[in-house]
Amino acid sequence: MSRRLADVFAAAKSENRAALIGYLPAGFPDRDTCVDLISTMVESGVDAIEVGLPYSDPLMDGAVIQEAVERALIGGTTTDVVLDTVRRVTEAGAVAVVMSYWNPIERYGVQRFAANLAQAGGVGVITPDLTPEEAGPWIDASDEHGVDRIFLVAPSSTDARIATVVSSTSGFVYAASTMGVTGARTSVSTGAGDLVARARRQTALPIAVGLGVSTGEQAAQVATYADGVIVGSAFIRRILEATDSKAARESVAALAREMAEGVRA
Amino acid sequence: MAVMLETTSAPGHYGPYGGRFVPEALTAALDQLDREFRAAITDESFTRRLSELERTYTGRPNPLTLARRFSEHCGGATVYLKREDLNHTGSHKINNVLGQALLAERMGKTRLIAETGAGQHGVATATAAALLGLECVVYMGEEDTRRQALNVARMKLLGAEVIPVTTGSKTLKDAINEAMRDWVSTVDQTHYVLGTVTGPAPFPEVVRTFHQVIGREARAQILEAQGRLPDAIVACVGGGSNAMGLFSGFIDDPQVQLRGYEAGGSGVETGKHAARFAAGTPGVLHGARTYVMQDEWGQTVPSHSISAGLDYPGVGPEHAWLHDTGRATYTPINDDEAMEAFRVLCRTEGIIPAIETAHALAGVMRLGRELGPDSIIIVNLSGRGDKDVATAARWFGIDLGGVASDALSVEMAEGR
Ligand SMILES: Cc1ncc(COP(=O)(O)O)c(C=O)c1O
Repeated sequence: MSRRLADVFAAAKSENRAALIGYLPAGFPDRDTCVDLISTMVESGVDAIEVGLPYSDPLMDGAVIQEAVERALIGGTTTDVVLDTVRRVTEAGAVAVVMSYWNPIERYGVQRFAANLAQAGGVGVITPDLTPEEAGPWIDASDEHGVDRIFLVAPSSTDARIATVVSSTSGFVYAASTMGVTGARTSVSTGAGDLVARARRQTALPIAVGLGVSTGEQAAQVATYADGVIVGSAFIRRILEATDSKAARESVAALAREMAEGVRA
Repeated sequence: MAVMLETTSAPGHYGPYGGRFVPEALTAALDQLDREFRAAITDESFTRRLSELERTYTGRPNPLTLARRFSEHCGGATVYLKREDLNHTGSHKINNVLGQALLAERMGKTRLIAETGAGQHGVATATAAALLGLECVVYMGEEDTRRQALNVARMKLLGAEVIPVTTGSKTLKDAINEAMRDWVSTVDQTHYVLGTVTGPAPFPEVVRTFHQVIGREARAQILEAQGRLPDAIVACVGGGSNAMGLFSGFIDDPQVQLRGYEAGGSGVETGKHAARFAAGTPGVLHGARTYVMQDEWGQTVPSHSISAGLDYPGVGPEHAWLHDTGRATYTPINDDEAMEAFRVLCRTEGIIPAIETAHALAGVMRLGRELGPDSIIIVNLSGRGDKDVATAARWFGIDLGGVASDALSVEMAEGR
């Protein structure tokens, strides 16, 4: 029986730590290297992977992810490539979800996407620009194909909004740490702890914090109140800065180990 | 038809179109905007202040001009021009901006941000910010900062910061992405003055409402001048705000045809165009479901048009619904046909239109021949062409020689 998000969070909890979730867009820096780097992340202590679906208008992303995604698109990364990436990393032992803006999923066909993702072994989808109000067909399709549906809460969400969002969510709740776009920050917003506490009052689901986590120290701090720590831009920046794929692999492995220690601190 | 439009849509939706596809972080700000907008438009002190500004600052009502000599080029139809070009700042954009700037003030926000393509919306926003003492940042695609250099200078003179956007296609679509990114990070003190009837709810409704004055005036003016409604009303459609403003005055009169003209660029068949209805498909872009130029994977396809203000791969969701229900008709006009209409209006009426507007003028030249000499048509003259002088001079091969300002010469020398 393949592992699901609930198993990942339960396992971390049994070790009294937070889960570590790493993000990488499919096709970045190229198709095969992406799969390879995801395996490196998993071997170095990342518990679950968000495979990004590169989109032409990533309005929730900062400069680092924009650059990665643009390269992936230039390299010809389509939705089918994303699903194939999910299949390959799942076969290599990762637990993978897809992170995608809504239009590519709608264009692919909501039912078809859910079915093909489940077929590829993907266990969930994070939809940063879809809120439950617009998600009717997606809720049906994800239920039908047993794919977890991860919506976001933000510091500006009222308690009533949080209630709406978590009641439509499965797998885990994605808490955006700050009001802003993706990208490393020198400190993780203090608002994140408050947001997690507010969400906690409304749901028994695990809550993972993303946006701005880039060091082991920050991961350790977030792990004191959250069930999961999400790291994206920090991995990508290391890949962008690396001189070749071997250097990228070493740098990604080092960051993954640092983060894995962080969530265990 | 009008009844159907109202009963089949959930709030913020137009049939299957519209809605709110945004990061959760923006939900609170959009809810606040929605609340304040609804409170404001029924608050007499707000509406009085806005109409006072329209009268004493914008210069409304602007005239409905009978275009006698231009009409001869339109199959003899009687053509009237709704003169939004005579508004302060030179286009319809100021109508929406004043309304939203007053809303921002009401919400206690001290900073306005905007995207702009042709620069007209940026200029209008910079103007309102100066008027109300608010900070102003305008995002503009780098490509557009070059082809609309005059408007960049205007915004700076008005005290706004202009940030050239170098991502993606470096045009309006990318400027909207950057403005959204700014907004999500600064939403406590910032209001995003969206410049057209697109974006997440309630923006399409807010922007349309503040432009309804166009249709209201035009309706009263044509009844006064002709004692009857026009056979058709015509507007260019970028995001669709000047069109929605004019259409709104006639939408419940089924005998009045609503005609929108989008940018055909080098020709729809060349792929270099901004013809969302002719070549797009329903999808989600910038927070709303609407017609989008996209590939089979849902990636946005870059648009092309000689006119920066029509160079956008999406369109307002209400237009998508008007299109599907058949209430309005949308037709692409290529660059060369628009420029010919630009020339004709200059020579027949002594009015230099914006190149965006020239697409509507080309439309009325076609439509007049179709409807014949007994017909009456109103075309929205959405803006004046000062900003486009360099582009037009180059198009027509006019040597600006010694009379050109340095800025214009530089612009021309760069081949922009
Ligand atoms: C003069 C003028 N007309 C039309 C437009 C297109 O916008 P919309 O379709 O929202 O009226 C612009 C946009 O910049 C403009 O400046």
